[in-house]
Amino acid sequence: MRLSELREGESATIVHVGGDGPLRRRILEMGLVKGTRVRVEKYAPLKDPLELVARGVHLSLRVEEAEHIRVEKDD
Amino acid sequence: MAPRRLTIALAGNPNAGKTSVFNHLTGTRQKVGNWPGVTVEKKEGHIRRGDREITVVDLPGTYSLTPFSLEEVIARNYLLDERPDVVIAVIDATNLERSLYLATQIRELDCKVLFALNMADMARARGLIIDGRKLAALLDVPVVFTVANRGEGMEALLEEAIRLAESETPPDRSRRVKYSRDLEEAIGRLAGFLAARLGDRLAWLPRWTAVKLLEDDEIVKQRLVAAAPDEARAVLQAAAALRRHLAERYDEDPQIVLTDERYGFIAGIVREVQRSDARRRVDVSRNIDLVLTHRFLGFPIFLFFIWAMFELTFTLGEAPVGWIEAAVGAAARAAQAVLPEGPLRGLVADGIIAGVGSVLKFLPNILILFFCIALFEDTGYMARTAFLMDRIMHLIGLHGKSFIPMLMGFGCNVPAVMAARTLESPKDRILTILITPFMSCSAKLPVYVVLAGAFFGERAGSVIFGLYLLGILLSILTGRLLRSTLLAGGDAPFVMELPPYRMPMAKSLLIHMWDRSRIFLRKMGGTILLGSVIVWALSSFPQVPATAPGGAPDAGVEAGSGAPGTEGSRALQVRESYLGRLGRAVAPVFAPLGIEWREAVALLSGFVAKEIVVSTLGVLHAVGEEGEGGDTLGRALSSSGMTPLAALSMMVFVLLYLPCLATTTAIRRETGSTRWMLFSIAYNTAVAWIVSFAVYQGGRALGYA
Repeated sequence: MRLSELREGESATIVHVGGDGPLRRRILEMGLVKGTRVRVEKYAPLKDPLELVARGVHLSLRVEEAEHIRVEKDD
Repeated sequence: MAPRRLTIALAGNPNAGKTSVFNHLTGTRQKVGNWPGVTVEKKEGHIRRGDREITVVDLPGTYSLTPFSLEEVIARNYLLDERPDVVIAVIDATNLERSLYLATQIRELDCKVLFALNMADMARARGLIIDGRKLAALLDVPVVFTVANRGEGMEALLEEAIRLAESETPPDRSRRVKYSRDLEEAIGRLAGFLAARLGDRLAWLPRWTAVKLLEDDEIVKQRLVAAAPDEARAVLQAAAALRRHLAERYDEDPQIVLTDERYGFIAGIVREVQRSDARRRVDVSRNIDLVLTHRFLGFPIFLFFIWAMFELTFTLGEAPVGWIEAAVGAAARAAQAVLPEGPLRGLVADGIIAGVGSVLKFLPNILILFFCIALFEDTGYMARTAFLMDRIMHLIGLHGKSFIPMLMGFGCNVPAVMAARTLESPKDRILTILITPFMSCSAKLPVYVVLAGAFFGERAGSVIFGLYLLGILLSILTGRLLRSTLLAGGDAPFVMELPPYRMPMAKSLLIHMWDRSRIFLRKMGGTILLGSVIVWALSSFPQVPATAPGGAPDAGVEAGSGAPGTEGSRALQVRESYLGRLGRAVAPVFAPLGIEWREAVALLSGFVAKEIVVSTLGVLHAVGEEGEGGDTLGRALSSSGMTPLAALSMMVFVLLYLPCLATTTAIRRETGSTRWMLFSIAYNTAVAWIVSFAVYQGGRALGYA
């Protein structure tokens, strides 16, 4: 599933980072690489962007950006 | 003996506390400028230590050294070309893994690196235990724990940096990032090839260059070609072949593979050196955030902060602005009393003193605004405003961070344009700067008050509100237009860190505030002074003899004496001056907008500062320029034949036309380009003309005269 499909409070592990160019590089540089565990902390009041926690860091990214990240939801 | 010179560079992620380290190391002996050719701030500080003269350079905060943002290119080029004696990598100890991503890249450059594990106290509070000695041993890098915002560990850091800079042993090359076998093989082959082909002409280490070539690094490729065109071709071919091979082997772009493996290497190090205490304390920052970005409370709280910022800026700033105006007025009167009558007196009193005054007058507001901005930034709230507003701003093709600069535009466009610095992508920054002048600044309000008050009576308030909305609407349209044309495709990824909330440090807030205000004073001052003198000269020459027909025979050209005859002669002076002639010459251009020559002259003079439009109108309609003359001016305007429709057209023009001198100067400075400044002047004026034309002619067609 996509990262953007996770609901608030749900955790998942990154399987693949898609997209291209600067966006993909930026996502990877911020530490969202394959195998990273992420938790969706919350969505902004207008439902976009979203905030997630990875490696203890709070990151924010737009929903359309999160669509490029494939994840596997933790049970 | 000549002093020994040392250069220490500070590198680190944004929010890692790099600025605190810099401030504590260098105190107030700082120099703020720009990196050559770009508008990224460059900070340098100097320290004396015994016979050593130490220069500390604060590199831009970055997450990586890949050359994809201006800041990263600057930081990397500095490390590669200037070769500082030692690099302090400022590491956020609460965020070791991500910080090490940049730090290990610096290590790969084979610089002498020293790690400052900053915010050690916060890491401890969060139950993170870091084994500094082990980290130092694993990477062969000295490690110092610091709490920079309290100044802890600074002395040890400086001593260690000096020791490292002066030590003869080169860094241990074996203890750095290791990649998997296939990658190492490719790196080894390419590095060998590079060394053999280029030899001495290779400016960097073969291994590092090889890694960069496998990442398809454009800058490294270009510089290789520039250094040795023939050999570079062969090397680039070999690199391309290896890239293809690796892409097939890993089924992924080698650049991505390298990033993955760096993080893998770092994860291994972190597992070795960091332990997490099981009993975690309550995360205060997270609780604050739950309120400040709350689904229902987030926006109201945000609006309150913004309201408070403006309230502070303009109410707290009111008194000092008044004092400055009074002092400038007194200085002008003193100059008039001391100097003999003639052009020199006019130049000093009306040109120079008035010009300096028009800059100084902004200072209290600017100091307060910048203080509030620094407060937002240092507490971490700024990132949340972007988080809240991004959905809305993204509709115009802008980043959430563009909101604050645009909002500040309602106060004064100058700090607003300067505040656009918080945007990372150059295109976002330019776009924000270009649409900010459509936010109706406070200097335009007096113009609306006079015109709307005289012609729209009770509905004046609604008319003025409508003007503000029109400005916002045009900024949105302009944003969309430019985003799809001149500034297409620069929509930077939003992905950003939401740093933990922090208690701001007074020292850092004051340094922030003063740095920016100083730039405002120094850089704006000269240009505005010159501009004021030019406008003064244009309106004072050629001089009309005081006894000229139509002027009052008894009055000299004394400003502000209040004698009725004086007003007549000043009106005549301005009418016959170059500025007046220019106004009459361009009058045909304004005729279709319902704007006659006197208003045209006022608009021209408004380039210096928008509120001058009112005083020039006052002079030309011979009613004096005192504040209480607003009503008189209104009556004079109606009796001169101005219609409500023409007044509306005039207000629309004032709202939209070219930004004032201070703002255009700021635009040139912040975009780093005279062309963008000229674009802004031409575009805004064209938009103003078209919209005013539509208002005036449309109104006439509908039967409003």
